[in-house]
Amino acid sequence: MSEGLLKGRAWKFGDSVSTDDIIAGRYKFKTLNMKELAKHAMENIRPGFADQVKPGDIMVAGWNFGCGSSREQAPRVLKELGISCIIAKSFARIFYRNSITIGLPLIECPEAVDRIDEGDEVEVILDEGVVRNLSKKLEFKAKPYPDFLLKILREGGLIKYVKKFGRLPW
Amino acid sequence: MGKTIVEKILGKLSGKDVSAGDLVVAPIDYAMAHDGTAPLAIKAFMEMGGERVWNPSRIIFIIDHVSPSTSIGTSNLHKLMRDFARKHGIKLYDVGSGICHQIMVEDGYVKPGYIILGADSHTCTYGALGAFSTGIGSTEMASVFLSGKLWFKVPETIKITIMDEPPSWIMGKDIILNIIGALGSDGATYKAIEFDGSVIKKLSISDRLTICNMVVEMGAKAGIIKPDEKTKSFLGDNLGRIDIVEPDKDAEYADEYLVGVSGLEPQVAKPSKVDDVTSVTEVEGIEIDQVFIGSCTNGRIEDLRAAARILKGRKVKDGVRLLVIPASRKIYLKALNEDLIKVFLEAGGAVYSPGCGPCMGGHIGILGDDEICISTSNRNFAGRMGSPKAKIYLASPLTAAASAITGKITDPRRFL
Repeated sequence: MSEGLLKGRAWKFGDSVSTDDIIAGRYKFKTLNMKELAKHAMENIRPGFADQVKPGDIMVAGWNFGCGSSREQAPRVLKELGISCIIAKSFARIFYRNSITIGLPLIECPEAVDRIDEGDEVEVILDEGVVRNLSKKLEFKAKPYPDFLLKILREGGLIKYVKKFGRLPW
Repeated sequence: MGKTIVEKILGKLSGKDVSAGDLVVAPIDYAMAHDGTAPLAIKAFMEMGGERVWNPSRIIFIIDHVSPSTSIGTSNLHKLMRDFARKHGIKLYDVGSGICHQIMVEDGYVKPGYIILGADSHTCTYGALGAFSTGIGSTEMASVFLSGKLWFKVPETIKITIMDEPPSWIMGKDIILNIIGALGSDGATYKAIEFDGSVIKKLSISDRLTICNMVVEMGAKAGIIKPDEKTKSFLGDNLGRIDIVEPDKDAEYADEYLVGVSGLEPQVAKPSKVDDVTSVTEVEGIEIDQVFIGSCTNGRIEDLRAAARILKGRKVKDGVRLLVIPASRKIYLKALNEDLIKVFLEAGGAVYSPGCGPCMGGHIGILGDDEICISTSNRNFAGRMGSPKAKIYLASPLTAAASAITGKITDPRRFL
């Protein structure tokens, strides 16, 4: 995601999608293999999601996305499936931090969520906080990231950042 | 303008005068990870090229989520934790020691004014003792292993004052469920919650821990209670020389709420949202298959005493399973010495070794399709405890125990 442009089909979800919905607790204690875990992503609330989603696709959801447990496996399995960005009305705090840390961009933009339907083609320009619904020809502006978080996202996450610069960003 | 408790703690430890909204980097007093999060943190630490942890005596590993292991995969992850802990000189609490949050409090790692990070969302529990504590993910935990520091956005604080004469049966769980119902599951996102008022002062440390434990169910970053005489006596010799951090009288709060509890009835959260809260009278009579008494929310000795008070001399309803899991080995021993374990067994319950139990569906007590459980734990999301078709009601240990006897959700006041 070094070029900062994210584009794909929208998958629409409701409010309060929990990390248990994203990846159930019963799977995560057995393996660190995200490919394995990703097969079960969203299966409780959207069976078949893992098979149908394509690299670049964008998840669009209501309030409080990622609420619940601190499991980093939640954003990791979504990234593993190729989700390029999640747009929601709001995010739960730990999920928000985890996603940036692993290099999965999130955009908080209630106006955009209300005007994107399942299947719409959506584009995000992260540096500027711009969300475009290409299917409906609409553009929205979200609050851009603080600089040090954008740097982590540009490098593809904290691990890659530390590998490249040999130190933490803070 | 005055400061809240959290502004003061983050300001003091980051060495700056800070207010809500400021970004700070602060040193960490203790970092904790368990078997659901430590393995991924270890992997991230190694991928970052980590060779030595910043301070092994400030890192705690606890095996509690699937404990003991039920599969080869889990056993291998536990082994990864044990090997890493041994290599780096990190204290590891192994199978049967107890739930991470109970051990952190019980073994004296939590002190007022400390900053404690846990790779677990319920790390917010320690605010009950006046610490700033919050949950993070595994890779951020790996960065703490490396540096002993982390960035924070200083949160705004919501002040909740709990008033009135509390009913004799009331538990911390009833109070916090009621507040979650009112504020909603995102009512405190990114914010800290300061609890105060005459009721808080009367509550035991156990009830205060229950209350702070569940602030994350409103999206909060931390819950915090100003330390008082009860806090000092709980910490005893371990208190040492520590500054008690209090909020300024003119502290600025994002919101202030007054909560009255005198007319409160026992509270229940309905499936499958923690903020779908109602009085037990509204759901009385719903038949149940399983009762779980335990977890970091309600597995303390006070909780077991409350459950035993109702279960003593009575029997669990035929066809209902009662699982009791003390939150730590020390609690288990206490319960044994107080004959509480005997009460549970004589009632027809099953008592398991300390750990998280069925709370997050990792091992024992997994629910099948369409089964209904009343649980003293903290989350009732669909699929949390097994089948996505199962239903979970959350309640206090008194309400759970009363329900075990009748086989239906039951108002505990009938047995008191």
